[in-house]
Amino acid sequence: MNLTQSILEALESLNGNKLRSGLTVLGIVIGVAAVIAMLSVGRGAEASITGSISGIGTNLLFVFRGDFSDTIRNPKPLTLGDAQAMADPFQAPSVAMVAPTLEGSAEVSFGGEIANTRVVGVTPEYFTVRNYQITEGEYITEEHILGRASVVLIGPDVADKLFGHRDGITGETVRIEGQPFRVLGALESKGGGTFGSQDDLVIVPFSTAQTRLIRRSASDRVDIILAQAVDAESVDSAIEEISQILRTRHRTPVGEDDFTIFTQRDLLTTFESITSILTIFLGGIAGISLLVGGIGIMNIMLVSVTERTREIGLRKALGARKRDILVQFLTESSLLSLFGGFIGILFGWFIAYLVGQVAAATDTNFTPVVSMDAILLATLFSAAVGLFFGIYPASRAANLEPVEALRYE
Amino acid sequence: MMDRVIAVRDMTKIYRMGEVEVHALRGVSFDIGRGEVVSIMGPSGSGKSTLMNMLGCLDRPTSGEYYLDGELVSSLTDDQLARIRNRKVGFVFQSFNLLSRVSALANVELPLRYAGVTSGRRDLARKALEAVGLGDRIHHRPTELSGGQQQRVAIARAIINNPSIIMADEPTGNLDSKVGQEIMDLLLSLNRELGTTLIIVTHDPRIAAQTGRVIRLQDGLLDEGEQNPRAEKRPGARKRVKAEKEANTSRRERA
Repeated sequence: MNLTQSILEALESLNGNKLRSGLTVLGIVIGVAAVIAMLSVGRGAEASITGSISGIGTNLLFVFRGDFSDTIRNPKPLTLGDAQAMADPFQAPSVAMVAPTLEGSAEVSFGGEIANTRVVGVTPEYFTVRNYQITEGEYITEEHILGRASVVLIGPDVADKLFGHRDGITGETVRIEGQPFRVLGALESKGGGTFGSQDDLVIVPFSTAQTRLIRRSASDRVDIILAQAVDAESVDSAIEEISQILRTRHRTPVGEDDFTIFTQRDLLTTFESITSILTIFLGGIAGISLLVGGIGIMNIMLVSVTERTREIGLRKALGARKRDILVQFLTESSLLSLFGGFIGILFGWFIAYLVGQVAAATDTNFTPVVSMDAILLATLFSAAVGLFFGIYPASRAANLEPVEALRYE
Repeated sequence: MMDRVIAVRDMTKIYRMGEVEVHALRGVSFDIGRGEVVSIMGPSGSGKSTLMNMLGCLDRPTSGEYYLDGELVSSLTDDQLARIRNRKVGFVFQSFNLLSRVSALANVELPLRYAGVTSGRRDLARKALEAVGLGDRIHHRPTELSGGQQQRVAIARAIINNPSIIMADEPTGNLDSKVGQEIMDLLLSLNRELGTTLIIVTHDPRIAAQTGRVIRLQDGLLDEGEQNPRAEKRPGARKRVKAEKEANTSRRERA
């Protein structure tokens, strides 16, 4: 018997008991759909987190004071001088741009509305380095820095709280810690609520923050220095150059750095490993349901073999060899699981789409990604499940003695 | 001497059921000639089912030799036996054993599928169904056919591969006597027309009386004393069958 015939005959037989075949297929449908949906949700989470990290700015390095493990005593604070040294193209050729910042929290008010938010004192380079765009007004310039101007750029979350809208706020006067500031412009939303604070901030000129809002013990002290490497390949050499400059300026021996350089790539790697663990975890749970579906197939095939013992005996009497019977039952179980796999892919896709719709409706920046390899995986896995769980019932059928099988009631 | 289609020599069969050994056949020897009509009779437990399974190549004897069509089949492997069953044996069962899901045509086609015939199966199956008088019922499912018609489908299936022998196990057992006789007539006429050896296992003396020869079994041995001499009974049986067949045909024509 050739393959087409076997398939036709298997279809006839499956068609003969529609309800049972349908329920068996359902087990596989749920399993495959779960695998597809879970993998796509995992992928979506990964894409969303990666996207929001990329939104921070490309080739970005963060330089912090001190050491996260607290083994270094009395770390020297970072200063404007450090930032200037890092910006020197002769000392650090791999660094394209440096943006020192001062960060603190402040109470911002307009009319009766009050918002407690993050206030960041920046230089003009900050906007390039951090990839911040404005929707209206203008950026902070060198003149604002020199004049210690009382101007502020408002983040969208803060604008929502104070004004109730995000546009047409330029020129208004808000109070930060009681002092009047003219609104210079509005920042574009960066979305990606993963870190929560990208839209919830106000930005003022560095010198203004230094003298009027965020007072530090040393007058030239900065909190975080942001540095942008020339390109992605030079991130490592930029780290090396910056470390060298700071070691020299802080007079620390090698191995006892009193500063920490954190790159966006570190973040990406961390989050990618987290999300891939998440994906594997979700996929594993879904895989279990596929396994359960496979056991369902085996169960049904065993029942089917018992029920059709006489038929098997008859087929053997008519000249069916072991192989013919084996192929017949394997074809049936594989068809069941392939059919279930196919419907499951469509169903899983639909679930992923629904999750995406729910995310969109709740304003979450998250889109599930149904990837080709997830579909391939689910198809192969479901076919393998059909074959694997079909082998035992099929070999039971094939090894029946014709005499016994014919006599079976 | 006629051409032998079956030669059985000292055939024994022992079933082991746990500790107990059951001797179903205790050394049976006989020949069956090509084209013969033979019935196998015996009380239950006499070993006639076992003998039928052996002759139909469904099982292997514990010892002894069985030649079918000149081939020693008592020592073949399972798959070789499957091939012999497919090519040389046509089975007719008491309970018809048709696949209820598919049409009469597909049922008759089944042995051709296992024979590896890829083209012209439908035509062969249709011809076989016409030969058993079911040319107008080829697309009916077994559930839509009467008992007699179902047995005719089974007979068409048995002859589709031009077997050397037809093994009929109580072929009329599930039918009333009138329909049973029609089936017997059909089997006998196929025997005449195709020359296929016909072996019928039966309880019914009326059926056995229509066969040329009766093999009686008792406690796993041939009951030699009561074996019918072929030459005496056969012509009479033939004549009676013929007369009844004509009567049936004319009855059908009237109806």
